[in-house]
Amino acid sequence: MKRAGFTTVSLPVLLLLPQLVIIAVFFYWPTVVALQSSFYLQDPFGFGSTFVGLQNYIDLFGSREYRRIASFTVVFSLLVTFFSLAIALVLAVKADKVLRGARTYRTLLMWVYAVAPPVAGFIAVIMFNQSWGPLTEFFGFFGHDYMVGVNFNDTAFSMILASVWKQVPVNFIFFLSGLQSIPRSVREAALIDNRSASGRFWDVTFPLLAPTGFFLLIINITYSLFDTFGIVDIVVKGEPGNNPMTLVYKVYVDGFRGNDLGGSSAQSVILMVLVLALTIFQFRLIDRRIHYT
Amino acid sequence: MAQVQLNNIGKTYPNGFEALHPTSFEIAEGEFTVLVGPSGCGKSTLLRMVAGLEDITSGELQIAGRVVNNVEPAERDIAMVFQNYALYPHMTVRKNIGYGLKNRGTSKQAIAQKVDEAAALLNLGDYLDRKPSQLSGGQRQRVAMGRAIVRDPALFLFDEPLSNLDAKLRNQMRIEIKALQRRLGVTSIYVTHDQVEAMTMADRIIVMNAGRIEQIGTPSEVYHNPASTFVAAFMGAPPMNLFPAKVTDGQVMLGDQPLCAAPAQGAVTAGIRPEDFTLDATGPLSMDVQIIEELGAHRLLHGTLGAHSVTVHVSNDISAATGLQRLSVRPDAVCLFNATDGKRL
Amino acid sequence: MRKLKLSTVLDHAVLIAGSLFMILPLLMLLQMTTVPDTEIIRTGPSLTIGDQLDDNFRKAMFEASGFSGENTGLSMLKNSMILGIGFAFGKIVLGMMAAYAIVYFRLRFATFAFWLIFTTLLLPLEVRILPSYEVVQWLGMLNTYQGLIIPLIASATATFFFRQFFRSVPEELVEAARIDGAGPVKFFIDILVPLSQTMIAAMFIIMFVYGWNQYLWPTMITTDEDMYTLVRGIKQIVQVLEGAVVPEFGRSNVLALVAVIPPVLVVVFFQSWFVKGLTESDK
Ligand SMILES: Nc1ncnc2c1ncn2[C@@H]1O[C@H](COP(=O)(O)OP(=O)(O)OP(=O)(O)O)[C@@H](O)[C@H]1O
Ligand SMILES: [Mg+2]
Repeated sequence: MKRAGFTTVSLPVLLLLPQLVIIAVFFYWPTVVALQSSFYLQDPFGFGSTFVGLQNYIDLFGSREYRRIASFTVVFSLLVTFFSLAIALVLAVKADKVLRGARTYRTLLMWVYAVAPPVAGFIAVIMFNQSWGPLTEFFGFFGHDYMVGVNFNDTAFSMILASVWKQVPVNFIFFLSGLQSIPRSVREAALIDNRSASGRFWDVTFPLLAPTGFFLLIINITYSLFDTFGIVDIVVKGEPGNNPMTLVYKVYVDGFRGNDLGGSSAQSVILMVLVLALTIFQFRLIDRRIHYT
Repeated sequence: MAQVQLNNIGKTYPNGFEALHPTSFEIAEGEFTVLVGPSGCGKSTLLRMVAGLEDITSGELQIAGRVVNNVEPAERDIAMVFQNYALYPHMTVRKNIGYGLKNRGTSKQAIAQKVDEAAALLNLGDYLDRKPSQLSGGQRQRVAMGRAIVRDPALFLFDEPLSNLDAKLRNQMRIEIKALQRRLGVTSIYVTHDQVEAMTMADRIIVMNAGRIEQIGTPSEVYHNPASTFVAAFMGAPPMNLFPAKVTDGQVMLGDQPLCAAPAQGAVTAGIRPEDFTLDATGPLSMDVQIIEELGAHRLLHGTLGAHSVTVHVSNDISAATGLQRLSVRPDAVCLFNATDGKRL
Repeated sequence: MRKLKLSTVLDHAVLIAGSLFMILPLLMLLQMTTVPDTEIIRTGPSLTIGDQLDDNFRKAMFEASGFSGENTGLSMLKNSMILGIGFAFGKIVLGMMAAYAIVYFRLRFATFAFWLIFTTLLLPLEVRILPSYEVVQWLGMLNTYQGLIIPLIASATATFFFRQFFRSVPEELVEAARIDGAGPVKFFIDILVPLSQTMIAAMFIIMFVYGWNQYLWPTMITTDEDMYTLVRGIKQIVQVLEGAVVPEFGRSNVLALVAVIPPVLVVVFFQSWFVKGLTESDK
């Protein structure tokens, strides 16, 4: 609040009202409903529901399928996060270094930010087309018969590749802006103190980028958990079957397709707890980040 | 007639901090009053209460005979110049200066005319169509002044308007502001923590310390007759020398030397301005000069007098050397303060 | 000197490889739209540039696919535009209003309101997707633009962003404005909004792209084909390709490209604003 703020009362209430009404109806209400119905067993034909306590949760943790999906989600998230961060970091460091064509490179490396995840999934589907997909042929050259939608690992690889492709630009933008905000004087001091370029990178640049990296780590995990929905849905062509899928996709499949409202709600709540933990962790990091810079 | 009148004005911030103890004073029409004091003593708080930007938590404020405690800033007939100028960055100089008039419903021609007049007065004619970011610090300062002038207010308020300028420009603007105020004859309250500004610009100085007024007086009164050791030490560069002294046989004794007649008994603090010492081979006081500061027109001798450090101001036609020197002081140049509360005796 | 050159060459090689990684898939889509579908079925993507682009573009944009015959590319483009612009606009207007109320007014309940709004940052729509669907259904907003846009607005990113920005505006500006006789409405319109121009532009770009690219929510909320957006339509494209005897890759790829090009152009053309908005908002 500004120290000499206006003292009118009705105007700010009017200004806040639309936002508050919308979040009450479309945020708080659904969230409460999700919490509540996770304790109920919904009749599949929509005739009422019974309170079952923690049963939905117990069922979930007992389910082998759910555990399998959860562990796939973890592996998937870690791989996507690691590769999109690593590739973006290398590209950002190079883009920060070169003098010629810096702008062109920057544009070429960031435009994919604006591509929707399902389109990334669509591109993967074409790239891995069973009969003529360029990447299918590439793997065929090494003797591997690549089959999206049939072979679990092949499908997973396509998802990961598409997810990384889609996420590299965001990380690139943040890393580059992090690099460019390192003061010139610090770089010059490092140039005087350290002869080796890689030494300078690891001793000076990398630690100064660390806060950006921590921040991006959370962003990337959240991305892999939620925003990859479109990629997963397109790559499995809406047919989950035995294909790899992420937790969010499972919520959708169970709740929207399978009509298992209680189970799906319990899954939502587990995801809520997960993001909540991540976000709180992130805010604490941002706090630190402010001290850091 | 008093243009501004404060009756027991006090301020307690919502967090319970009492930034200003109840204070009363008056400012006469056309007077240039400077509020001076160390950082955090409540100068801005006081000024902002006068402006209406901060609630008055106790007491009564009158401007031009009207109680304005609950009047909006825009209706108080005041103008204010801020430390960081607070120019609207997206408006041209012309718009910046005219914005207040526009909000009052002044006609377009009248605004244009007033803005042109102000610009002429402030030598801003060539810059009227620039944005603030395209101006130098001094020019921005003048735009802020222009914005204040066009409103034709009953009262000008300045909150450290020169502290973002470099030393040379500050001296120049100091003179410009003073001259302008003289010409327009508008009552002004000027906040600064720079005692040189206070001495040179003020008709009357109000010295503040920790939310209280220490002294109100003309620059000369404040300088020569400080009401407390705080004022003595705050005003003047270098400040007044302060020595703890004893009273024996009706004489104030500095070490074993009598300085002047004493009005009281017991321990006192004796204050002597650096320029009130004279180098005098037969003087009663003996100073050990350690450093000589050469300032062109005069010199400052720093050293010790007995157990206390002391600064002495001598003009440059008097030769000085380090080592022991003898000094004398006129008895009437010594200010005496109560040793416990620092008040003038 | 020679050594230095070698490292520069290496830098460029890495950057070119990265750029190709990014751009090749798009070029591949583009190439496939220029050749007849029958050729694609035989050879897949190739280096030949054919003359079918016009034809495919016409089919994609003006001929309906699907069952109802209502979702031409043009109608999906319109829906995507409405979603992107409506979402960005709504988000910015609501966000600025709320942030203004929180930062510039002495309102007892401002802190509480801020926390209410701020909490929405913690949970994305995906974790409450089913109950949200039910609420929208209950309100009778399925297959409407309101139902598409408003629930997406129920988060605080823009509010938070503008709050940060307003707090960084010097205090003295509102004080000077008050002395100049500007009330809260005047100050907002005359001073704060013009000052926020760059921020508004940056937010608009980010939010437009975000809204345009929504997939899960439109998939759930729109079942009428004339309400499909381009991004939501991708799913249908894939399903149609699966089932067809001669899959229409040319036409599908045109639709995918149309789904990509507007947000990409916005991001590329307003690059500096966009990057500033993205990196300064910290998400
Ligand atoms: N909103 C506030 N709430 C609580 N205390 C405050 C507030 N604003 C100022 N203060 C305190 O009131 C005292 C006086 O502040 P003020 O700004 O008037 O000082 P000042 O004399 O103008 O100092 P400076 O020369 O540094 O500008 C300070 O100790 C400050 O910490
Ligand atoms: Mg101050």
